Amino acid sequence: MTTENNDFLEFLRRKAVLTRKETLKIHKIAQETRLASSLSCIEIFVTLYYGKMLAHNPSNIRWEKRDRFIISKGHGAISLYPILADLGYFDKEELCRVCYKESMLGSIPDCGISGIETINGSLGHGLGVACGMALALKRKKRNEKVFVLLGDGELYEGSVWEAIMFAGEHGLDNLLVIVDSNKVSMLDYCKNIIDLEPLDEKFRVFKWDTSIVDGHNICELYNILKILKCRTSGKPKVLIANTIKGKGVRSLETDSLSHIRNLKSEEIDKIISEMV
Amino acid sequence: MLTMRDTFIEDIYRRMHIDENIFFVTADFGSPMLDYIRKAFPNNFINVGIAEQNLINVSTGLSLEGYTVYAYAIAPFMTMRAYEQIRINLSLQSQLREINVNLIGVGAGLSYDVSGPTHHCLEDISIIGTLPNIILFSPSDCALVQKFVDYSINVKKPKYIRLDGKSLPSIYNNLGDIKLENGFTEIKKGEDVCLISTGYMTHKAISVANILKNIDIDVGIVDVYILKPLNGDLLYEVINRYKYIITIEEAFINKNGLDNLISIILENKNSDIIIKRLGFKDSYTFTIGSRDHLHRLNNLSEEYIVESIKKISKEI
Repeated sequence: MTTENNDFLEFLRRKAVLTRKETLKIHKIAQETRLASSLSCIEIFVTLYYGKMLAHNPSNIRWEKRDRFIISKGHGAISLYPILADLGYFDKEELCRVCYKESMLGSIPDCGISGIETINGSLGHGLGVACGMALALKRKKRNEKVFVLLGDGELYEGSVWEAIMFAGEHGLDNLLVIVDSNKVSMLDYCKNIIDLEPLDEKFRVFKWDTSIVDGHNICELYNILKILKCRTSGKPKVLIANTIKGKGVRSLETDSLSHIRNLKSEEIDKIISEMV
Repeated sequence: MLTMRDTFIEDIYRRMHIDENIFFVTADFGSPMLDYIRKAFPNNFINVGIAEQNLINVSTGLSLEGYTVYAYAIAPFMTMRAYEQIRINLSLQSQLREINVNLIGVGAGLSYDVSGPTHHCLEDISIIGTLPNIILFSPSDCALVQKFVDYSINVKKPKYIRLDGKSLPSIYNNLGDIKLENGFTEIKKGEDVCLISTGYMTHKAISVANILKNIDIDVGIVDVYILKPLNGDLLYEVINRYKYIITIEEAFINKNGLDNLISIILENKNSDIIIKRLGFKDSYTFTIGSRDHLHRLNNLSEEYIVESIKKISKEI
């Protein structure tokens, strides 16, 4: 790897640390936000946006040539707010007002927010909508891609599997799904609810192109996403990102109930001060 | 005689020849006319399989990319299996982004009479009517359906089009006379009693009025086809001269159906018109039989309605 590349990866890592700190700060003022779920997908967001995987344009939010990005696990996306603000989608001041009266930003993003593509919040909708978009782009012979972020707990929704069957059958290779596989749903580890493994095999039998990555390793994420974005294998692609729910906060990382845990102000200050 | 669905699909098929921006999606539900679309426009047609949730979601995605979308399925399954998809992706989302998805639900009311209560569709007006931003169209004949084709393309909002499954005689002879945007038509003026109905039941209202005419009772008939948004002021202008209104619907009564839509108008106008609601009580019908038989069991037969009106006429 060249020095230039190393510098770039270092830049992405720094952005991940910064985003994690900003996410914690948001949670400090908005305890209604789902912190643990938002911490597991930070490296994914950072690589997509700062790694320039997504074609997008903050000054023209519905730019025709943008790649579409659907955040189907809407509750776990407050970590996207600091990134969108940093990229110029809205004023950074908004980050200090999350969930406040009349704030633009709530605990779950919707498409009224600049930079957000669809309505999210109820699980199991994003992939089917993404299939419609991917199909439309294909039929119109356009080159833009459709990215989707799914949670692993979201895979319990039957509608997701209707869409998985559909995308596989119709060979939507302009569709790239990233599963934030943080292994924990609301009340327990997924393996204790209904084991989702072997997840990649499940996608494969539905005619998907599957890859697995360490979802916190920016270098690996960057390299695989770069390959997958351009791959036209005639199959939709899924990248299963093995992540840790609550990544960066030790008390959350080891807690099967991390989804519903809130952190106190002092705890957050301490965690932020200790972050490198 | 063509069914409403074939009439609608035939017109959509014609439009597809000149408008490449139309996409037709089905949940494995067919019709003779749909075969023409499947054959002629494979690029603008897709069958998602028996998967109503995905039908709505895929249609939403197509629409967000600019297509005028027709999503086609059996009415009770589309509206009730995929209710949350309709709520989130069409009702909520269309408040923030432009979405033109036209849900074509076939089998309104008791169209699928002998298939039993899983196939009877008595809830769709209530539950779709409660969702903001969705237009609810409930036509009684093919002319209305033809008239709606332009509207479905030009008005870029989600719509639910509830069509009867059976072939029905025509009510409106001249397309040019239909004022679709009014949402209703006063088919006939009457003296003291007005029947207000939608869809299939408007045919019943017409038969009832004809029977009553023979015994010199002259009832009015209003056919409501755009149930949402309902033009209450305009409708009130037409009905405020009656003493009695009888709503007739193949739906549960007292549950946000046609009866409630009318009673709210009367209430808002502080009207003293008496309203009688005919429709299904709070119970499903498991008995097997023809539509007429099921109507008899549920106080919706012509005989029952005629007798009710005779009684009312004596009281007046």
